[in-house]
Amino acid sequence: MAEVPEPTHRRRSHAGTRDLERYAGLFAERTGVMRSSAMRDLMAITARPEVISLAGGLPDTSTFPPQSFAAQMTRIAQESAAKALQYGPTEGFEETKDCILEVMGAEGMLPDPDDIIVTTGGQQAIDLVCKTLIDPGDVVICEAPTYPGAIPTLCSYQADVVQVECDEDGMQVEVLEQLLADLRAEGRRPKFIYSVPSFQNPAGVTMSLERRRRLVELARAQELLVVEDNPYGLLRYGGEPMPPLYQLDGGDFVIYLGTFSKILSPGIRLGWAVAPPPVMEKIVLGKQAADLCTSTLTQYFVREYFAERRWQRYVDDLVEIYRRRRDTMLESLRDNFPAEATWTEPEGGLFIWATLPDYIDTSDLLAKALRADVAFVPGQAAYVDGRGSHSMRLNFSGVNEDEIREGVRRIGKVIAEQVELYGALTGEQPLPEPRQETAPNVLPFRKAGEAG
Amino acid sequence: MKVAVLKGGRSLERGVSLRSGARVEDALERLGHEVLPIDVGPDLVKRLVGEQPDLAFVAMHGVGGEDGTVQELLEILGIPFTGPSAAACARCMDKVQAKDAIEDAGLPTPHWFAFNQTAFREFGAADALGRLEETLGFPLVVKPSRGGSSLGVRFARSAGEVPQALVSAFSYDDRVLLERFVDGRELAVSILGDEPLPVVEAILLEGDRYDFEARYEIGRTRFDVPADLTAEEHRAVTEAALGTYRALGCTGFARIDLILGEDGPWLLEANAIPGLTDTSLLPQAAEAAGLSFEQLVERILDLALEPAAA
Repeated sequence: MAEVPEPTHRRRSHAGTRDLERYAGLFAERTGVMRSSAMRDLMAITARPEVISLAGGLPDTSTFPPQSFAAQMTRIAQESAAKALQYGPTEGFEETKDCILEVMGAEGMLPDPDDIIVTTGGQQAIDLVCKTLIDPGDVVICEAPTYPGAIPTLCSYQADVVQVECDEDGMQVEVLEQLLADLRAEGRRPKFIYSVPSFQNPAGVTMSLERRRRLVELARAQELLVVEDNPYGLLRYGGEPMPPLYQLDGGDFVIYLGTFSKILSPGIRLGWAVAPPPVMEKIVLGKQAADLCTSTLTQYFVREYFAERRWQRYVDDLVEIYRRRRDTMLESLRDNFPAEATWTEPEGGLFIWATLPDYIDTSDLLAKALRADVAFVPGQAAYVDGRGSHSMRLNFSGVNEDEIREGVRRIGKVIAEQVELYGALTGEQPLPEPRQETAPNVLPFRKAGEAG
Repeated sequence: MKVAVLKGGRSLERGVSLRSGARVEDALERLGHEVLPIDVGPDLVKRLVGEQPDLAFVAMHGVGGEDGTVQELLEILGIPFTGPSAAACARCMDKVQAKDAIEDAGLPTPHWFAFNQTAFREFGAADALGRLEETLGFPLVVKPSRGGSSLGVRFARSAGEVPQALVSAFSYDDRVLLERFVDGRELAVSILGDEPLPVVEAILLEGDRYDFEARYEIGRTRFDVPADLTAEEHRAVTEAALGTYRALGCTGFARIDLILGEDGPWLLEANAIPGLTDTSLLPQAAEAAGLSFEQLVERILDLALEPAAA
């Protein structure tokens, strides 16, 4: 066989800064709000293999049985190769929607299949909703903190993002009510309210039933759309199941976003949106323009997987694994974080949100932590206005229990150094004793400007 | 010529370094050189010994690549490399050392005090803070002694903000400095060989001027090349920059950052290996001088091979 030259990995040549300026003149206005930052550069380092990363939002895909994967792919190859390699409908296959109905049914929802669109991951569902609803300058309300991955999407559609504080019962709907009244007085109407009501990313908190009811009522009374993002609903490790907003509302004012990423695999990039028919019509057009259809191959994969009728058992297995990991992380936090630190105790999902004393900036702490080979997400990533700088998001699903213990120990060590140093600088006595008793479920959110 | 491009490494500026490196590799290839890209790790020496490059292009920023560590290895291995020597890199990287050298050369640099963590942890240096705050005045600037970009640099507007700023700065280095804030125009003078390139001015467009992060975001800061300076200002600025370059023993290239105040230039720091990405200041300055990126790279290679540079 003739020798093939090794491909170069480098991008094609391009010239100097003059060219950059030439391009810059062509950039859309929206790129002006797509910012890169020193913090993002720091996050690039978390990929080093020696770093224990509690920064990701990764489910543990190593638990998925390879034999099962192989069998499904083999069946697809043998029985439906031509179809699985072909384009599919923009809305997604009916069979995929059947799987979605099963997943939503497990949380008590029963949408009309015609209201569903299969998307390339949950992230595309967020993007399509924004594309459909947001004009530049439109108000969008989300939680404080909010899903860090939603911020670039909202910003790229030039939304005016307003964040409503959370506490241990999720978004403070009473604060939202006041905000809505204030906006109304200014003649502004938010396009939608984005919420992750269950096991929120990044805070780990869950919206109470009372607030869920109130939010749905508000939406109805004021004819506002609520976008309910529910990637983690089935990953519950304690407490009572909570009805999704979609179920409480019946789907008139709630757009529901779901995903297979956390219950099966993020690599297959399969998510979905459920919306009232007029909204869905526009979303479908947007999807068509974006990528014509979601990967046919992975839709076949999900269909085969669900046909084995074991998906719920797999979720149960994940729940067991993640519950242990959450407990390990909580225990490690109690053992290693200073007494002034607070953190959430999530009943499910993938994340814990920890808040440190006011004098510790978690972006700076990350630089120190990276030298100790451990990473987390600095809280600022979850705000649009620079708040959150004393908090961090910790993921407990992507690494094993030993790594969680070691990772938290390393973070605790760099925090302790900061605490001690601050004490030396101010003459204040730090509280060196790690807390002994179980931490109360205090939510550490602080408002901007509020003293610690 | 076989050129090893050293990039990446473990520094906090790994991301920028990878971008600088990729761009240099492109240019080297277009110039017809054989390129050996190396993401610097534990196998660095083995690879250099095995591959025997004619020259190493150091496109690393921050600790490890810009502080003389890699340069020292290259000197030991006898491989010529781009940019300043190991000793000069070490001096530039450490702001305290650099400021000492600048002051010894009779050049103006804002008044400062330096501390290491031990001073605060064990010797009660906090008790001296009040006195030096009085000397420096507010706002003052707190910086890690060794660190790149804006990482860990904080303004303190009052005594109450100093401890927190110190905790931030100490996140990046065991030694920090507190520096008098000089108000003025922010200029960068890149020097290639012994020639100052057109001066770049950074103009903050929006946001808090005490927010250092804004300075490095496209769209929030505008860079004017060449800066709008009078002949007199230009002379003062380039002379001060060249003086600094020489005082620090730089060869090849470096970028000198300074403030042009009412009373003339105040030297802040020298970057031994400034960024080489498409938005970095050295390439912009070179371009304003009529040098394409390839020409810039070629010139940097020539300088590295000049016997005087060794």
